[in-house]
Amino acid sequence: MTNKKVLKKGNHVIGAAAIEAGCEFYAGYPITPQNELTEYMAKHMVLNKRPFVQAESEVSAINMVFGASAAGARAMTSSSSPGISLKQEGISYIAGANLPCVIVNMVRGGPGLGNIAGAQSDYFQATRGGGHGDYRLIVLGPNSVQELYDYTMKSFDLADKYRIPVMILGDGYLGQMMESLTLHKYAKPKNLPKKTWALTGCKGRNPNVIKTLYLTPEDALEKHNLELNVKYEKIKKELQLFETINVQNAELVIVAYGTVSRVVKNVIESSDKKIGLFRPISLWPFPENALRNLKCKKFLVVEMSLGQMVEDVKLSLFGTDASVDLIARPGGMIPTEEEIHKKIKLMLK
Amino acid sequence: MKTQIIVAGFGGQGVLTLGVILANAAVLEDKNATWLPSYGPEMRGGTANCHVIISEEDIGSAVISQPDILIAFNHPSLEKFLPRLKKNGLLIINSSLIKEEIIRKDIKLVSLPLVELAAKIQNQKTINIIAMGALLELTELVKTSSVVDSIKQNFKDKQDIIELNKKALELGREHVKKN
Repeated sequence: MTNKKVLKKGNHVIGAAAIEAGCEFYAGYPITPQNELTEYMAKHMVLNKRPFVQAESEVSAINMVFGASAAGARAMTSSSSPGISLKQEGISYIAGANLPCVIVNMVRGGPGLGNIAGAQSDYFQATRGGGHGDYRLIVLGPNSVQELYDYTMKSFDLADKYRIPVMILGDGYLGQMMESLTLHKYAKPKNLPKKTWALTGCKGRNPNVIKTLYLTPEDALEKHNLELNVKYEKIKKELQLFETINVQNAELVIVAYGTVSRVVKNVIESSDKKIGLFRPISLWPFPENALRNLKCKKFLVVEMSLGQMVEDVKLSLFGTDASVDLIARPGGMIPTEEEIHKKIKLMLK
Repeated sequence: MKTQIIVAGFGGQGVLTLGVILANAAVLEDKNATWLPSYGPEMRGGTANCHVIISEEDIGSAVISQPDILIAFNHPSLEKFLPRLKKNGLLIINSSLIKEEIIRKDIKLVSLPLVELAAKIQNQKTINIIAMGALLELTELVKTSSVVDSIKQNFKDKQDIIELNKKALELGREHVKKN
């Protein structure tokens, strides 16, 4: 592998990164705009002599990942919004069973079938768990093809470290676009815990049990929920990923993630005002401390959904006297530089 | 220096491929590039387009609101994107299909009779690369050698197709030189 730049498609590099990071099992079902990822895995998992399954449905694919993960494999599935909705039951089981896996959602417009344009309208679903029961996923929101590559690798490590499903929350535009990036080797962290819990055949040891049914509230399920919560609190402390640009002494800080954060970068460059960008990379846990510690009084949230991440921004700033404004473009529309400039003008009048 | 290019035409005119070959040529020169395709139902019959940005610096949004260069292969594409072309921008049109007068006078217009030019090498699939040849003659975006390398990568080992496309590049270049 060289350190030279190459031009690659977003969906393809997710697959390349997963294989490089030792993904041992992939199951998926086709849906636009993430098809090139399933296509890539169909070819390259097989070339690497690892199992690839085009399942008969999304429900089936996520449950195959459940099984592969329980057996100790690094497992991944991918889809786009309607398909991710179908996977929610399985994701809830995997979260409840304390199992690691990687789920890629290249978001498209919704609700229902919506359209096939890129969108950010699955933010609530991703960051609030998505399925039934009290649980969380680690959710990462890359904004470039390079980050799709880097964070796909990282997501396998995070999943194994915390025994939790990790979701890459991209969007159709990121998946479809090609961009220059630098490919690199995967380096497995040394301190990842051994999978002593995996169902690998119990000859010579006590059987491992992986389950999500805890019938009695008083001595079983509540205890299980609280144990899960200890994990979630630990992740909240240890993993708050973000990028800031020009936030020092900014008159106004724009909060944006993924594709739209790059439009905001253009706005910052061309604005004659002191505008900063706060870009959450971990969407759960939301980097609330870093956002709260900014001394700015005026925030503008720009998102490709009808006002979802803005709730996390308001929660983070709760109790401060900062004001929070919103530009929300749903349905696969990307907010334009012009409309952001216009809003800034209004806000800094 | 950041250059923003929109390439647009009918699906099947090689619009997306032209964008990929151009973006990849830039990356072969160690520049940064983004390529954002239209990928909707509009690909069938209507206009297909791609946004290509080439820069030595990091690239922000891959979406182009105002291109520096517009390459339009048909009339619907011209209508859609010409109003967005920057003042003093470069417009390359396929004059075989676009017969209408270009109303904007604050841009540089280059007309290429692509169907007639492609007939010279008996292959209508080369119109995109002929346009690329013209672009190479008109700008210093990327080197011809990088585009040739990019074409080689795109068409893998199909030597006859690579040779054909080299001829197409020359056709585009020559036409601009002569006119």
